[in-house]
Amino acid sequence: MIYFDKVSKFYGSNCVALEDITFSVEPQEFISIVGHSGAGKTTLLKMILAEEKPTKGGVFYESVNINSLRKSEINHFRRKIGTIFQDFRLLPNKTAYENIAFAMEVAGRSDEEIEADVPYVFELVDLTPKMHNFPHQLSGGEKQRVAIARAIVNHPDIIIADEPTGNLDPINTYEIVQILKKVHSLGTTVILTTHNKGVIDSIGKRVVTLDQGKIVRDDKEGKYSL
Amino acid sequence: MFWTNTKRIIRSGFTNFWRNGFISLSSVLIMVITLFVIGSAIFLGAVLQSSLAQLKNKVDINVYFVTTAVEGDVLAVKKSVEGLAEVANVEYVSREDALAKFEERHKNDQLTLQALEELDDNPLGAALNIKAKDPSQYEAIAAFFKSDDALSRNGSSIIDKINYYQNKNAIDKLTKIIQSAEKVSFGLTILLVVLSVIITFNTIRLTIFTSREEISVMRLVGANNMYIRGPFVVSGIIYGIISAVLTLLIFYPVTLSLKGVTENFFTGINLFEYYIANFAQIFLLIVCSGILMGAVSSFLAVRRYLKI
Repeated sequence: MIYFDKVSKFYGSNCVALEDITFSVEPQEFISIVGHSGAGKTTLLKMILAEEKPTKGGVFYESVNINSLRKSEINHFRRKIGTIFQDFRLLPNKTAYENIAFAMEVAGRSDEEIEADVPYVFELVDLTPKMHNFPHQLSGGEKQRVAIARAIVNHPDIIIADEPTGNLDPINTYEIVQILKKVHSLGTTVILTTHNKGVIDSIGKRVVTLDQGKIVRDDKEGKYSL
Repeated sequence: MFWTNTKRIIRSGFTNFWRNGFISLSSVLIMVITLFVIGSAIFLGAVLQSSLAQLKNKVDINVYFVTTAVEGDVLAVKKSVEGLAEVANVEYVSREDALAKFEERHKNDQLTLQALEELDDNPLGAALNIKAKDPSQYEAIAAFFKSDDALSRNGSSIIDKINYYQNKNAIDKLTKIIQSAEKVSFGLTILLVVLSVIITFNTIRLTIFTSREEISVMRLVGANNMYIRGPFVVSGIIYGIISAVLTLLIFYPVTLSLKGVTENFFTGINLFEYYIANFAQIFLLIVCSGILMGAVSSFLAVRRYLKI
């Protein structure tokens, strides 16, 4: 589904973010990418989103080179991916409901669809009572659940979660992982980065370990080992 | 889909305006100042134009004829002067008119009137009051009288005197003042308008700078440029409209309070009446400037953050 072909990324001449990365993600896989800070996890995810371009090599989505997409095609491509960030990145001037409605609006969905689907995803992430609150009125865990709701509302092919539990306490972390597992069980590919050992061990799926921009391990049913 | 999107963009622009209350307020304030400067430039122009017109109107040259000049000759001179390209109009003052005017002017001055009665003939000659189209053209008109031989009969000139030569200095000075006043005020107006437009542009840029994170999130959710930019431009237009209305409201008491001052000082123009009489044009200009500034600066300011 996603294929990294000998991808390298340099910032400047002597800062190596990624070096010679080759791996693929299969449809409906749950893959965790682990590594220390600065190992290149976020850069790798940014490349899937076409936020960064590789210095060498190419990133393919179903045999289309992401980096050769034109701007308007990138917008369409990004709508197939749901993203979740450590710092939530909700739109602060929109209520939780509007944040999710916005993602549907940009995907060109009708008002009727929005009215039907938004309450449904709030139910899925168990946040219906706070649907009309603004982000600053929500706790970290609640914000992350809104972000997950936003990521899944357009039925994306892939969910990319960049350290989604980084700012959360253990209970919220557990809940977020449960939601991600549920989303995965509904047939969505999930790519997760984290440095939380507990999270990796509780998932028990494929683990790719990055170190200094290189893949050092790729285990089918991995544990956290660094 | 187009209409749905347009509707959503406009709605979102209004919501953003409302929810970013404080930022909206400061943008509106700055824009009011800018529009006020633009409006003041219009008023200044009007005042200046009317006072310059007044000054220009006061400048004329008077050609006095000798008392023995025949009316027919004077009228012939009038006709030929009127034929000159530089001349705006010529007023003929006959000997009788001149006397009547003199008496009117000195009606409280018994001594002068008595002296006048002592004379057995009207001592005043006929005169032509000539107004040029432009103050700088008096020289040419005066020269015309000097050169024209037809003005004399029996070898002696029927012209007694031309006051241009006495007033030459004053006229020259006035011409220069008028010309430089026009230049300076034009330059100053342009400068002020440009400065305040730049300030407005920067303010709006700052308000959008505070939204840069939001723009990048929108980008990552897959929103296209129009969908991101639209609400900002709509908010910019709302800033413009609100500021324009506020500015127009402010001008009402301002011109009303300046009414007396301008009338006394510049004679001829009443700013308040000018405002009311030209309200449609001023309204259009202020509102259009506001909308244009708001929309263009928002449009340009968002561009920076759309690159992701």
